[in-house]
Amino acid sequence: MRRLALILVPYLWLLALFLVPFVIVLKISLSDLAMSIPPYTPQLDLAAGWEGIKSFFSQLDLENYVWLTEDELYWKAYLSSLQIAVFATFLTLLVGYPMAYGMARAPEEWRPMLLMLVILPFWTSFLIRVYAWMGILAKEGVLNQFLMWLGVISEPLVILNTNIAVYIGIVYTYLPFMILPIYASLDRMDDSLLEAAEDLGCSRFSAFWLVTAPLSKQGVIAGCFLVFIPTIGEFVIPSLLGGSKTLMIGKVLWDEFFSNRDWPVASAVAVVLLLILIIPIILFQRNEQKQREAEG
Amino acid sequence: MRRFSWFNATSLTLGFAFLYVPMIILIVYSFNKSKLVTVWAGFSTKWYGELLSNQAMLDAAWVTLKVAVISSSIATILGTMAAYVMVRSGRFFGRTLFSGMIYAPLVMPEVITGLSLLLLFIGLNVDRGIMTIVLAHTTFSMCYVSVVVSSRLVSFDQSLEEAALDLGCSPFQAFRLVTLPIIAPAVISGWLLAFTLSLDDLVIASFTSGPAATTLPMKIWSSVRLGVSPEINALSTIMIVLVTIGVITASLITKHQAVRQKREERAAERVS
Repeated sequence: MRRLALILVPYLWLLALFLVPFVIVLKISLSDLAMSIPPYTPQLDLAAGWEGIKSFFSQLDLENYVWLTEDELYWKAYLSSLQIAVFATFLTLLVGYPMAYGMARAPEEWRPMLLMLVILPFWTSFLIRVYAWMGILAKEGVLNQFLMWLGVISEPLVILNTNIAVYIGIVYTYLPFMILPIYASLDRMDDSLLEAAEDLGCSRFSAFWLVTAPLSKQGVIAGCFLVFIPTIGEFVIPSLLGGSKTLMIGKVLWDEFFSNRDWPVASAVAVVLLLILIIPIILFQRNEQKQREAEG
Repeated sequence: MRRFSWFNATSLTLGFAFLYVPMIILIVYSFNKSKLVTVWAGFSTKWYGELLSNQAMLDAAWVTLKVAVISSSIATILGTMAAYVMVRSGRFFGRTLFSGMIYAPLVMPEVITGLSLLLLFIGLNVDRGIMTIVLAHTTFSMCYVSVVVSSRLVSFDQSLEEAALDLGCSPFQAFRLVTLPIIAPAVISGWLLAFTLSLDDLVIASFTSGPAATTLPMKIWSSVRLGVSPEINALSTIMIVLVTIGVITASLITKHQAVRQKREERAAERVS
């Protein structure tokens, strides 16, 4: 009896506030817009019994999804989100790997401190960290002033409101997610393997490439997914740092919902976005499983 | 021997400069007299004064704090229950669905979570306000709590619980007297995680709040979208300082505990 209550409370909570809302999204994505306010047609008329259920399902259609394929705004937004996410993940890896490597090689007594320095930004507001870059990257911002003072450039660079600013924002905010799993895998590594490689005639570079890199592969994969998956649906960074040409699907969904008030289309955008995300999520889970098997 | 070369030193220095210079610039400019970020017009604390007299901002901060405390507390209870079910309950009807629902919100884009909850609340004709934000935040943060707590429960020796039951504890007593003290660090860090997630959330709160309730991130959002504003610099500085103090205190406490534990272990060894 107690056990049942223990299971039921969180179960019902998640059903009511996670699964049911998602089913509603799915239903609305198949519905027609009726004067831009709910309820949408068709409506489920349970009083009419089986006939009601049948007519409900026969009236659902894929019109909104067809609309997504017809208007090039949407598939362009999906594509450019994917592109930005892939490239940003790669850049984050480029910045994060040397840092994780340096941390794992740092003297033992420094490591807790370095780890804390990586985690600390994670506890401060995400929004504020993105906002900090607005003042830095602006035309009269700190970065341009600094570069002009150095004499590197004579005209201020236009960085804010371009895709470059979006990349900087993503690398900056998601860097801890990349560093931590890579650091964990490098920290676990057995150093005698490196010594063995060097005794056997490897240069330091080839020892890194042949021993360290393969051993940190799992951490790299985990870090890449941890950056890639949330980046695709990102809304705050492209809105604050990106320009009118930066197209990301999270922003399109937001605008569709709040500005155009076309809820059925917004719902269809959400469903497709989730379908796109399911593939990397499954890959990620499989990778985790493999890692656990390798360890256990 | 691990080698700490100039390469490692450079990458760490550059990396940490990248992470911290933006925040330092934010703090420095919060003391700027001028409204422009570009011109340094001398030291001044006037933006702090303006921030503290901005009633709408203070109200939003209060709403945010209330939402974060309530939602993270409910989320900790529900998340711990969910973790316990996942680790201890073996097979039951719908287990796969249950674990799916625990993990799915972790990877769900916030816009989708927000959108779906808003549609639910509209469908049910619920008035949106603090209550609906609490419900939304509880739902996604309980999943984080349950992941943190279940990793601790997995490594925990179940025979301790069984011993308590053999000695006449009720299952609830065994949980309260044996299990809970052991998993307490995970429960506390789960609560802290849920608390910060709630404080930080903009997207889900924007979808699920009504005209009656504005959270601090929503307030910040509406003022920074128009450009850089020095009042927000002051607010950011206060938040960064508070977080830094909090994290340093917490790490000092854990360090202190670890030292004490080591000392006790050594003492125990000497006795035996």
